[in-house]
Amino acid sequence: MMFILLGAVLFALGLYGAFARRNVVLKLVAVNIASSGVFLVVVSVAPPLPDGGTDPLPQALVLTGIVISVAVTAFGLALARRLGADEGRATLDDEEETS
Amino acid sequence: MSLAPLLIPWAAALALALPLLAGAACFVVGGRAAATLALGVAVLSSAAGIVLTAGVEADGVQRLALAGWAPPLGIVWRIDGLAALAVALTGLIFAAVLVHAEKSLDLLRGEGLSEAFRPLALVLLGGLNALYMANDVFNLYVTLELVTLAAVGMVALAGDPAAALRYLLVGVLGALAYMLGCGLLYAAFGTLDLDLLAGRVEPGGTASAALALMIVGVMAKGALFPLHGWLPPAHGSAVAPASALLSGVVAKGGFYVLLRLWLDVYPATGAAPAAAQILGVLGTLAVLWGSLQAIRQTRLKVLLAYSTVAQLGYLMVSLPLIASAAGHASGLAGALHLMASHACAKAAMFLTAGSLIATRGHDRLADLKGAAHDHPMTAFTLGLAGMTLMGLPPSGGFIAKWLLLDASLRSGQWWWAAVILGGSLLAGVYVFLAVSWSMSRPPGEPSDAQPPPLPRRLEFAALALALVAMALGFVSAEHIP
Repeated sequence: MMFILLGAVLFALGLYGAFARRNVVLKLVAVNIASSGVFLVVVSVAPPLPDGGTDPLPQALVLTGIVISVAVTAFGLALARRLGADEGRATLDDEEETS
Repeated sequence: MSLAPLLIPWAAALALALPLLAGAACFVVGGRAAATLALGVAVLSSAAGIVLTAGVEADGVQRLALAGWAPPLGIVWRIDGLAALAVALTGLIFAAVLVHAEKSLDLLRGEGLSEAFRPLALVLLGGLNALYMANDVFNLYVTLELVTLAAVGMVALAGDPAAALRYLLVGVLGALAYMLGCGLLYAAFGTLDLDLLAGRVEPGGTASAALALMIVGVMAKGALFPLHGWLPPAHGSAVAPASALLSGVVAKGGFYVLLRLWLDVYPATGAAPAAAQILGVLGTLAVLWGSLQAIRQTRLKVLLAYSTVAQLGYLMVSLPLIASAAGHASGLAGALHLMASHACAKAAMFLTAGSLIATRGHDRLADLKGAAHDHPMTAFTLGLAGMTLMGLPPSGGFIAKWLLLDASLRSGQWWWAAVILGGSLLAGVYVFLAVSWSMSRPPGEPSDAQPPPLPRRLEFAALALALVAMALGFVSAEHIP
């Protein structure tokens, strides 16, 4: 139960950070915190197997989730670098729509 | 037909594996060989979809347990009419866009861009085909992520990196909400398979919370109102053939997952009818807001992107109709017709935008004057595809809206009929804006100067898609199970 609550708190924190932070890299960090929260909930919310063992399926799900999260973060950082190189900024402020 | 059991697994495997392998191969080989390979794979994928459609028509819905492992341990692909048609149509649209892109990308942004476009397009195609056939909520998540990553790459290819990043961030957060819902569903009901879930889900707080999280997640991914904010800058700034794929096909991915959940899991959760009505209201707001924004735009591609937001709104309006007993059949058929015809029409319109940008260097509406004189076929395509958006007979959009109207009256939800009709009127305004600019005379004396040339294949690729959108109006709804 404690882990589920902790996961929910992490998810909420990350979600808040992803919207509140202006810097792109901080947004990506916040997204990673949120995903850790989700992973924690998914692993800890599943009931144990009838024989008392741990259900491996949620762990497999989370493993897949981690792989995707790594790929997304790497891609996001690459985009952030290009944003910096092209436009010399690290924020996503709403400006005039560029063409 | 006894061929189906033999052919269907091969066709399904082909539709998934071939684009992914060819996508990897396109990184290694380049030039003409890669161009032929990419186009061939798109055509083959479409052919596989036709085989699947024929198989489903003959033998009903097919379930393939991968490597012979039955659920809940194994993973199952389900190929029904919806999936089979989606594979066929997606391959077709990709083929047309690839034909266009081979020429237009070089014209638009200089040499070399098509080398980067091909692998992304093929990975996108593979991801979409896997998405259509997935029959398990977690596989839907994985394939949706694959599609998102490739789609963000397409935006970043030549567009605005800020728009790409915003798309990526919204997509990831949506995926997280969706995965949280998956985890809750598994914890409560012990399976992720959609068929098993349909039987096991019991009404209650867990099921409703899980479904709500998943729906919000796919709404963010699929740019469904009010989580659509990332779409117009992303689709408006991407290079035109990429926008055609994104707005035409990828934008429906989120709704496709929502529809799967809606058909299999939602009825079992016993959620109040109010939930469906809320989604319908959000769809209405999408139709109004997207159309009004489209009317205000001064650039063709951004206008088309806002029009996509509005058209996705219609799909959400279909959800309360599908949830009602009386309107289920025609509501579902209407939603499918709308997805198919909008996919072709919007892809065709973005391709025409690409052709016009290739000759004129920009897509400002006010400077499209004289385009119909210089390139009559391209302007014709724009109008023809626009007819589908407006829902004029005999286009595919007309049949779709007719079916949705039928569903709303049958189920006694007349207010959705008003939304559908009002939205068509607004669509008429923005399509007319785009077409009328292209038809109007350029200022000053008509000159005898030759218009800038436009390669034939650019015009034909777009026209073919617009004709398919029109032809869908002649496909009877009974053929779509």
